[in-house]
Amino acid sequence: MNTALHRLLLLLLLALPWTAQAGDAADYAAANPAKQAKLLQAWSSEPVPERLPLIEALRANRVVIDENKAPFIREGDEYRALEGDAQPVGTPAPLRLNNRLRGLLNTALASHQLYSDDAIERLSAARRLQRSASPEQLPLLEKRLAIEADDAVQEALTLALANLQLTAEDPAVRLAAVRLLGETGAPQARVRLENLLADEAETDDAVRKAAETSLAQVKRKLLIGELLGQAFSGLSLGSILLLAALGLAITFGLLGVINMAHGEMLMLGAYSTYMVQILFQKFAPGAIALYPLAALPVAFFVTAAIGMALERTVIRHLYGRPLETLLATWGISLILIQLVRVIFGAQNVEVANPGWLSGGLQVLPNLVLPYNRMVIIGFALFVVLLTWLLLNKTRLGLNVRAVTQNRNMAACCGVPTGRIDMMAFGLGSGIAGLGGVALSQIGNVGPDLGQGYIIDSFLVVVLGGVGQLAGSILAAFGLGIANKILEPQIGAVLGKILILALIILFIQKRPQGLFALKGRVID
Amino acid sequence: MKRRPFLKTTLAASALVLSGLFPYSLQAAETIKVGILHSLSGTMAISETSLKDMALMTIDEINAKGGVLGKQLEPVVVDPASNWPLFAERGRQLLTQDKVAVTFGCWTSVSRKSVLPVYEELNGLLFYPVQYEGEELSPNVFYTGAAPNQQAIPAVEYLMSEDGGSAERFFLLGTDYVYPRTTNKILRAFLISKGVAEKDIEEVYTPFGHSDYQTIVANIKKFSAGGKTAVVSTINGDSNVPFYKELANQGLEATEVPVVAFSVGEEELRGIDTKPLVGHLAAWNYFQSVQNPVNTAFVGKWKAYAKAKNLPGADRAVTNDPMEATYVGIHMWAQAVEKAGTTDVDKVRDALAGQSFEAPSGYTLTMDKTNHHLHKPVMIGEVQEDGQFSVVWETESPVRAQPWSPYIPGNDKKPDYAVKSN
Repeated sequence: MNTALHRLLLLLLLALPWTAQAGDAADYAAANPAKQAKLLQAWSSEPVPERLPLIEALRANRVVIDENKAPFIREGDEYRALEGDAQPVGTPAPLRLNNRLRGLLNTALASHQLYSDDAIERLSAARRLQRSASPEQLPLLEKRLAIEADDAVQEALTLALANLQLTAEDPAVRLAAVRLLGETGAPQARVRLENLLADEAETDDAVRKAAETSLAQVKRKLLIGELLGQAFSGLSLGSILLLAALGLAITFGLLGVINMAHGEMLMLGAYSTYMVQILFQKFAPGAIALYPLAALPVAFFVTAAIGMALERTVIRHLYGRPLETLLATWGISLILIQLVRVIFGAQNVEVANPGWLSGGLQVLPNLVLPYNRMVIIGFALFVVLLTWLLLNKTRLGLNVRAVTQNRNMAACCGVPTGRIDMMAFGLGSGIAGLGGVALSQIGNVGPDLGQGYIIDSFLVVVLGGVGQLAGSILAAFGLGIANKILEPQIGAVLGKILILALIILFIQKRPQGLFALKGRVID
Repeated sequence: MKRRPFLKTTLAASALVLSGLFPYSLQAAETIKVGILHSLSGTMAISETSLKDMALMTIDEINAKGGVLGKQLEPVVVDPASNWPLFAERGRQLLTQDKVAVTFGCWTSVSRKSVLPVYEELNGLLFYPVQYEGEELSPNVFYTGAAPNQQAIPAVEYLMSEDGGSAERFFLLGTDYVYPRTTNKILRAFLISKGVAEKDIEEVYTPFGHSDYQTIVANIKKFSAGGKTAVVSTINGDSNVPFYKELANQGLEATEVPVVAFSVGEEELRGIDTKPLVGHLAAWNYFQSVQNPVNTAFVGKWKAYAKAKNLPGADRAVTNDPMEATYVGIHMWAQAVEKAGTTDVDKVRDALAGQSFEAPSGYTLTMDKTNHHLHKPVMIGEVQEDGQFSVVWETESPVRAQPWSPYIPGNDKKPDYAVKSN
């Protein structure tokens, strides 16, 4: 039935070549997925500019068929017939796509875009064809290359062509193609060259030799991309650890409070972000993309205020009693978790990435740097700088350092130690809140968020050396990079265990951590 | 002539009053307790909370129709907090303190394995509503989710088909516990039997709650350069959110490397922007987007319930496969209790064999006569821009479950009926 219909349509198509465009849509709408794939392949190798709107509509999933299987393009709530101004009969249903068809549509779209007047569009089309061109498209690419005027597009097309020329008759063409592939460093080039070399597929000695050099070249480039990728993910993980631990470096590192509620400050920072997002959705939907920036001061002041309140009501009565502080702060952490659970529910809340934090930057063929991670690395460094300035260049910082180094002497010199304690604890909590804003952009925001980071935070501070910001920074990035070097080799689970074991060994050898405060430091 | 029937009826009536009515009026205040054992906090809360709410809705629905055996059902909700040993503790509490007639609960297999000895020891009855790895057939458990041959294997077959993209290489990615490990063992054996080479299969595991998928996504990209690749994801819980975010940010599209997930449904996608994820797949036995009158009513009821109870995010409430399995399970249990005339576990178990129920998936699902599993249709859905799935492939009729997968050596000798595991 279906084949008969198809044959009929084919016959019609042959008989009426001038209705090519409308015929294409009808053909496509009537075919089954396998036939649709064949059609798309045919369109890819012989593009007709008039077909572009149809392919674009298909790719965007805007083509619908009515009860008579007549195709229409959906535009908002309107339906436009591909020829004439017929209206759909019955309720139109969208044409189904699957991944295979989507892939073929991308290729077909690219080959149609080669005819575009816009050089940038042609360039991106040529780049896509580098990955997905099929051998049937060889004549098309050659034809376009011959009349291409733009240099960049020419280069991209040459490369797309090179992928297909590996099986050319003429050894000279093959040789040129192999040499070109060597310069790309694309992961696909490696496989193509390996296939060429395997099983004596290539008979010409000169080409073989060139392929071997090219393969080595590609492998080297891929290795560079891979190592850079690992370094980047290490830095990214390190920056996250740093943001999580920096607040603790102040409350535990400088003040000496074993603050088990530190994780909850991160969590409250993340929930502040969520609240700001909701407020933006309600009152300023136009500026929603900016909500993470607005969330920064909010999170800082909310967590700082909660931190100061805790310090005044609970922690200040427990200075010098580490065990009781530990238990009290742990209790506070449980209370805060439960409080958030009661207010917001036990389930995670949705914190969306704004547009400028989604997607990534393609640096090398096998290296994409996601924007959110780049921003977080920059943000971590910014927070470190801010903290350093605050501690070293302001009167408050001077007082904090004085109090933490020698409380009695500082008090004798007229430093209000009680207020300084409160301010310092507030600062540490506020910085944890800032960390929470960053964490909300990469992970889940739920009442248990802090629990996942508290151990890592203590690891960073203890490893870095209590009382030193520089130690925490080095420890965070060190842990991040070590984690990312180990993970591909032995897996995420074992990697985590190994890192923990290594830290325990290190602390055994050097209990004061990486950096120790020198001189007359009084705990 | 007329006196006798009169006498008879009065006698019968008084007998009824004595034997039936009095106990009945006493029992009217009594209820049947039903346990609900789902994590409402921790990493699994993202998936399990909605199952608790769905169970409560179903119980309300049954109660509104007069309950079971004339008694109202009384739900007893406990929170095992994604903590596996706590599942056993809470399970024991339900059976010994609350004396529930039946329990609906668990999502992860590790939690089910944790409560299993308790239910076998105390002869409890557990309905487990989630797809799992098989390799278990306890007389005290009814499995209303899918066995591997009702989900994992058809999904991989689809990936290998032309429409699914003719995948040649497989990246098996999962959370590190019993379900992903066993499923991947079965899939590996299946793929090898289909002629896929060992070097074309990669297995990677991450801990529960893992949130940094940078390295793994980079590795998937590297692996996919070697030929048409598909990712089979058995990641469970909220780790899915960072995983899909990373996939999207690193620009890995479904046309190049499709990801088919076994534990991601409409509920898990609620927290993600799905526009970059269009085309990624999930294999289940039900999707919210399935078109049939039973499902329309089911989805409508759920949305109304979510709104009435003011559940978080009620305006965007969705249904998913395990929710449907919970709904079907509770109704089937109620039917079996009505048939058995008692909530006694052994009698209900016998009555459950062969029960059938018109499910929202559009099929009449039947409980198998021997193996405690439902006969289920298999569907593969693609993620759409609105966070829903559109079905791209489905079986023609419900499939019988094979809890003992033939792809694990030694399983051919296992009996096809329930026996205690210890």
